Amino acid sequence: MDIFIQQLLNGLVLGSLYALIALGYTMVYGILRIINFAHGDVLMIGALIGLCAIHLLQSAFPSLPNVVVLIVATLIAMAACALLAGIIERVAYRRLRNAPRLAPLISGLGVSLLLQTVAMLVWTRNPQLFPQLLPLDPIEVTSGDITHAPAITNMTAIITVVIAMLVMGGLLLLVERTRLGRSMRAVAENPQVASLMGINPNAVIVLTFAIGGALAALAGIMMASNYGSAHFYMGFLPGIKAFTAAVLGGIGNLKGAMLGGVLLGLIEALGTGYMGELTDGVFGSNYQDVFAFMVLIAVLVLRPSGLLGERLAVRA
Amino acid sequence: MSLSIAMTQPTQRARIGLVLFALALLLAPWIAGQAGGNAWVRMLDFALLYIMLALGLNIVVGYAGLLDLGFIAFYAVGAYLAALLSSPHLLTQFPALAAALPHGLHTSIWIIVPLAGLMAAGFGMLLGAPTLRLRGDYLAIVTLGFGEIIRIFMRNLDRPLNITNGPKGISSVDPIQLFGVNLARTQDILGFRVPSVYLYYYLFAVLALLIMFACVRLQDSRIGRAWLAIREDEDAAQAMGLNTRRLKLLAFAIGASFGGVGGALFASFQGFVSPESFSLNESVAVLAMVVLGGMGHIPGVILGCVLLAALPEVLRATMGSVQQWLFGQVLVDPEIIRQLFYGLALILVMLYRPAGVWPASREAAR
Repeated sequence: MDIFIQQLLNGLVLGSLYALIALGYTMVYGILRIINFAHGDVLMIGALIGLCAIHLLQSAFPSLPNVVVLIVATLIAMAACALLAGIIERVAYRRLRNAPRLAPLISGLGVSLLLQTVAMLVWTRNPQLFPQLLPLDPIEVTSGDITHAPAITNMTAIITVVIAMLVMGGLLLLVERTRLGRSMRAVAENPQVASLMGINPNAVIVLTFAIGGALAALAGIMMASNYGSAHFYMGFLPGIKAFTAAVLGGIGNLKGAMLGGVLLGLIEALGTGYMGELTDGVFGSNYQDVFAFMVLIAVLVLRPSGLLGERLAVRA
Repeated sequence: MSLSIAMTQPTQRARIGLVLFALALLLAPWIAGQAGGNAWVRMLDFALLYIMLALGLNIVVGYAGLLDLGFIAFYAVGAYLAALLSSPHLLTQFPALAAALPHGLHTSIWIIVPLAGLMAAGFGMLLGAPTLRLRGDYLAIVTLGFGEIIRIFMRNLDRPLNITNGPKGISSVDPIQLFGVNLARTQDILGFRVPSVYLYYYLFAVLALLIMFACVRLQDSRIGRAWLAIREDEDAAQAMGLNTRRLKLLAFAIGASFGGVGGALFASFQGFVSPESFSLNESVAVLAMVVLGGMGHIPGVILGCVLLAALPEVLRATMGSVQQWLFGQVLVDPEIIRQLFYGLALILVMLYRPAGVWPASREAAR
């Protein structure tokens, strides 16, 4: 039971991160019908910029409390990544809107490689220690005994989940209740008609990328805070998994991305937690990353539209 | 389709081009060897391996229009197959097998190479069967996932049975023996001392030529035209009565088999395989070669391979001294510059020259 609760908690943290990242994929896909391949690397850049901001703030204002440092650094990273994502759209995708499908994918792959290389140049190949500014003291959720370790969590994990939920709620409000949200939906529905209605599709598209980038930066900093390190390759796997989450929930659908993210996190955590037990330790947690891909293939084969999505994945 | 008739009557220019190409292929290692020693010939060997890979990927991406981001997995399948069948690894793991084979496991290259091609084709179909009905961009992510899964298994299948030897990889793979000639040793042929890298070069060149020939024939065949039709408009192709699913599967299988053959040669050439040789970056590198050269155009793809395969050596030779001269020290590793270049190449080619630096002529593209 303790293992179950422990993995549930781990899965929730992982899942809310995936959900945040998945939103970026799903919003862009909803509007442009392209997969933004560089999204995972925006996350990585966000974490590393956040790291720099933390170091700068700590050396400039040594008396600042940790929480304030983290909040300010996160805001800086989110702003930077919003800008970065907007630039990516402008440079790598805008010219290719009417190109064959492969073109934006390949140029996105190029951007991804470029961002990783730049990160390698600026921050070296080695993992950077990410200061853990929130308390990491274990909080026991269940009482363990001699045979079973208790299920534990910590403040960083709790705050991660809470902030992710808050931000996702805010995004839903933004998209469903505000003028900007309405124009985003209009552009997704039909860019030409939207522009006749006085909406500037290009501005909306850049904004969509920017929101996705900011969310990715937030997820990146949360990830680095939970794991205590950041490096140039940290965006790749979460990016792929978050894409899986977006597909699982139904790509193009915001609620679907959130649901898919949390579900995928739970599947991965529970799967990894029980794999060792079920197979007598033959297959261990080193197969963790296989789950997401299995889920992806299974979803695409069995229900390409995802849990909440319209039918999109199969060629019309 | 009057084009295919025109192709059978090579023009004077095409004939001269072919003769020059053959001469260049024959003399390349000697020129490179004069210029930069065996390291440069080794680079040519790798360029030829990349040509095999890129021509395989070109069938999938260039002809059929399916973006495969896990192509290196097929290379890995071929390489591991060769490594398992011609190294002592399996015998040390399974004593029963060792008892049955007192002379060790030394499978001939004549068996390994076709088997690697077949096995990779099998994997290609295995991957393609459930995924090929997906639209291109989904396929890209699924194949990327497949490539990663293969690598995770290679890294972790040292338990419960030690098959891949985990992250350490498999070493002492037999070198290639052809007609009793060991390609790993310097041989005296007609009074010339021919070092190992030269011998491998000619073997790889022959195989690359075979693959090139297969590609040209495929391209001009009914199947090749069907692939182009699918690439241009799948619905229309289907409406014309093409079995698009089977044709796409065929493209996957054939492309994969070229990758598998390349992998088997790679393992025997290196004498060593490990999971890290088959990372996503390698898949991207091969894709960059195809894209840079010109998707769907064989000479373009080959040019892309030669350019990008030579790039690291050129960078190593030049960048160090340029940086020394500019900054007084080596600031940036040439490896990083190479990656920077790959990334930029992918973006810029897509933006400004989607058909690559050497595209098919307009007529041929139709």
